Amino acid sequence: MAEFRLPANSRITKGRHFAAPDGATDIRRFAVYRYDPDSGENPRMDTYDVDMASCGPMVLDVLIKIKNEIDPTLTFRRSCREGICGSCAMNIDGGNTLACTVTAEHGKGETKIYPLPHMPIVKDLVPDLTNFYAQYASIKPWLQTRTPPPPDQERLQSKEDQERIDDPAACILCACCSTSCPSYWWNSDRYLGPAALLAAYRWLVDSRDEAKGERLDDLEDPFRLYRCHTIMNCTQTCPKGLNPAQAIAETKKMLIERRH
Amino acid sequence: MSDYEFIDHSYDVIVVGAGGAGLRATFGLAQAGFATACITKVFPTRSHTVAAQGGISAALGNMGQDDWRWHMYDTIKGGDWLGDQDAIEYMCKEAPDAVIELEHYGVPFSRTEDGRIYQRPFGGMTTHYGEGTAQRTCAAADRTGHAMLHTLYQQSLKHEAEFYIEYFAIDLIMDEQGACRGVVAIDLATGRLHRFRSHQVILATGGYGRAFFSCTSAHTCTGDGNAMVLRAGLPLQDMEFVQFHPTGIYGAGMLITEGVRGEGGYLTNSDGERFMERYAPNAKDLASRDVVSRAMTIEIREGRGVGAEKDHIHLHLEHLGPEVIEERLPGIAESSRIFAAVDVAREPIPVLPTVHYNMGGIPANYNGEVVHSKDGDPEAVVPGLMAVGEAACVSVHGANRLGSNSLLDLVVFGRAAAHHCSETLQPGARHQNLPADAGDNSVARLDALRNAKGSRKTSEIRLEMQKIMQNHAAVFRTGDTLAEGVEMLQQTFSSFDDVQVSDRSMIWNTDLIETMELENLLLNATATINSAANRTESRGAHAREDYPDRDDVNWMKHTSSFVDGPGAVRFEYRPVHEQTLTDEVEAVPPKARVY
Repeated sequence: MAEFRLPANSRITKGRHFAAPDGATDIRRFAVYRYDPDSGENPRMDTYDVDMASCGPMVLDVLIKIKNEIDPTLTFRRSCREGICGSCAMNIDGGNTLACTVTAEHGKGETKIYPLPHMPIVKDLVPDLTNFYAQYASIKPWLQTRTPPPPDQERLQSKEDQERIDDPAACILCACCSTSCPSYWWNSDRYLGPAALLAAYRWLVDSRDEAKGERLDDLEDPFRLYRCHTIMNCTQTCPKGLNPAQAIAETKKMLIERRH
Repeated sequence: MSDYEFIDHSYDVIVVGAGGAGLRATFGLAQAGFATACITKVFPTRSHTVAAQGGISAALGNMGQDDWRWHMYDTIKGGDWLGDQDAIEYMCKEAPDAVIELEHYGVPFSRTEDGRIYQRPFGGMTTHYGEGTAQRTCAAADRTGHAMLHTLYQQSLKHEAEFYIEYFAIDLIMDEQGACRGVVAIDLATGRLHRFRSHQVILATGGYGRAFFSCTSAHTCTGDGNAMVLRAGLPLQDMEFVQFHPTGIYGAGMLITEGVRGEGGYLTNSDGERFMERYAPNAKDLASRDVVSRAMTIEIREGRGVGAEKDHIHLHLEHLGPEVIEERLPGIAESSRIFAAVDVAREPIPVLPTVHYNMGGIPANYNGEVVHSKDGDPEAVVPGLMAVGEAACVSVHGANRLGSNSLLDLVVFGRAAAHHCSETLQPGARHQNLPADAGDNSVARLDALRNAKGSRKTSEIRLEMQKIMQNHAAVFRTGDTLAEGVEMLQQTFSSFDDVQVSDRSMIWNTDLIETMELENLLLNATATINSAANRTESRGAHAREDYPDRDDVNWMKHTSSFVDGPGAVRFEYRPVHEQTLTDEVEAVPPKARVY
């Protein structure tokens, strides 16, 4: 039966408030989703008043400041802090993005920070990405060839052919796109989602790869590929400015073209 | 202790770390039929290799004449003659094969007009033994590390390598004979402890840039493997050599690749002068990193820095034109826009020398075996333990690494480690029992920290350490500032006994993990600053104002540092390998280092 409210144990309650320290001059409020699986309690929204006068400009700087100075139990993934490792993907003011490359001043009023949507949550802002990674592995994301490579030399590839893989190969697997896709929300068990499909496309258009037929066979499925309904949230949200929606459309075109 | 029960595993080989070196070793071993597990504290493509930008060096000669011997000469000179020449020969000779292999795996390299791998000039890379400028650095635009790391992970998937992802390795398991028998790790998702038994443990845990306040390194670069080795009573090597990259973004610290200067970018001071012409008349902006970082620091000190505080330098690439920027440096344009609010097509990037790389680490030979001095033998192998990548000190980088030699180091020695295991181990060989108390020390430490009720926050101690290292072990060093730093760091390290951990939970307790990482950083920092105070000469990245010259008579040797606690540091020395590996090339005797 359809359920219109979140299950009872997923409903978000009002959490604690942490006031700014005395003498703070430039206060901004951040509401952060908290979930502690050890406690058995429901998720809650804690609010933190942060003095931006002593804080770096990015949302990740704010989260680190909270963890360092206010509440060390706040839990999130982070690593490179320059937008290339993809660890700190989360939902900030309603959009999926990297906390390290978005400034804390971008919205009005309180900034709301949630984990990536529609994912099982391990703790606070840490989603379980096991299924996402398994889907990536399922498209066989490695170069497949039958012709042996030249023994002492690289395979040749024209600049034009190289440019075709440049963008899709720049994906950082942050999962912002897939977790912004309504179709992925409902069917993430069977629909591969934009990130895995962008990865598949990266190999379909690599002039060195010789498994295009098999790759297309694997994708020709009402769910794996065709659950994409061109909603385009993926392209809209990609923090690297990539275009998974176009890659998916091009893949669909390849499938149609090979029928003729 | 009864709260903690071990989950036991047995493998032929355990790899700790899933950056470039760890992954290359892991799938090489999987391919060779070894039961291999790779333990990593972050998902593999989040490892810091991903942030490498400019490229990977190899004398392919795609863009002009080249020879691996020239590459070898450059690497020896770049390292100011502290590098081991046999290992450097091995790396430079293997480089073309290693890069071709990467291309065959599918790395999306940029291309030349005739479809070959694109190569760009990089600092210190020359032809004809210093005469000309080499184009030796193979690039995938300005995200070569990302391209390589993803490809290496893809190969690991292809070879069905086994991973323990988001597991934090705590300690080595050593037996009474001094052999390494495995490793203890905690699973972040559950907080449960795992004990991995293996015939070899390969440490590929990267550097410890986070010991400093301003670094290009990721938050995860905390020298965990180095610290595990120190705790096992083994030494680290050449820890005083810390590379400052000339071009970190001012204030924020993100890396701006040397490839910018390789493509024709240059530095200016407040007079608009291209000052590198004074310091390095031949190589100019493409002198090696230690030379450029010192020149920048001198310019700023002498009042010719830019900005309101006159405390940084400008890096120009406006003249390159939008096409070159878009094709070859798109990531730099993006980073500069986001982190410095600069449009690189119109204005210079504000930059400052920033901690970037650790030449020092776990002493290893060119097979990847960990070595130490034992019973008069300076090359004695520690059974069961190997180290590769930035964590290792082979030493191919000597006192200063050349740009684009680190990505090379990763794949060459990651592969060498896998080969060495193939030659010395049988897949599925029987395991002996672990020592009865294996892992008990880890449990004790973990439990103490998880319940630590002291008065000093992890972040407070960490910041104090970072500031000390930044101020006392900087681009230029003196005996006085180093001695002061040693004293201050000892106090900071001692205050770790009073650390406070707030999160008592088992699941994804990052408060606890950061505290364990801090303990690791403190060990690394202690080895670094004490080694720096101990070495009374200037060589490569270690510049002592009170000892401005290189002293080959007294200091042509590797420092081995042991750290038994906050103030308890002692030193031994190992000889530099001044001989080559084969007769295909001649050794390069030390001479003055001029660019």
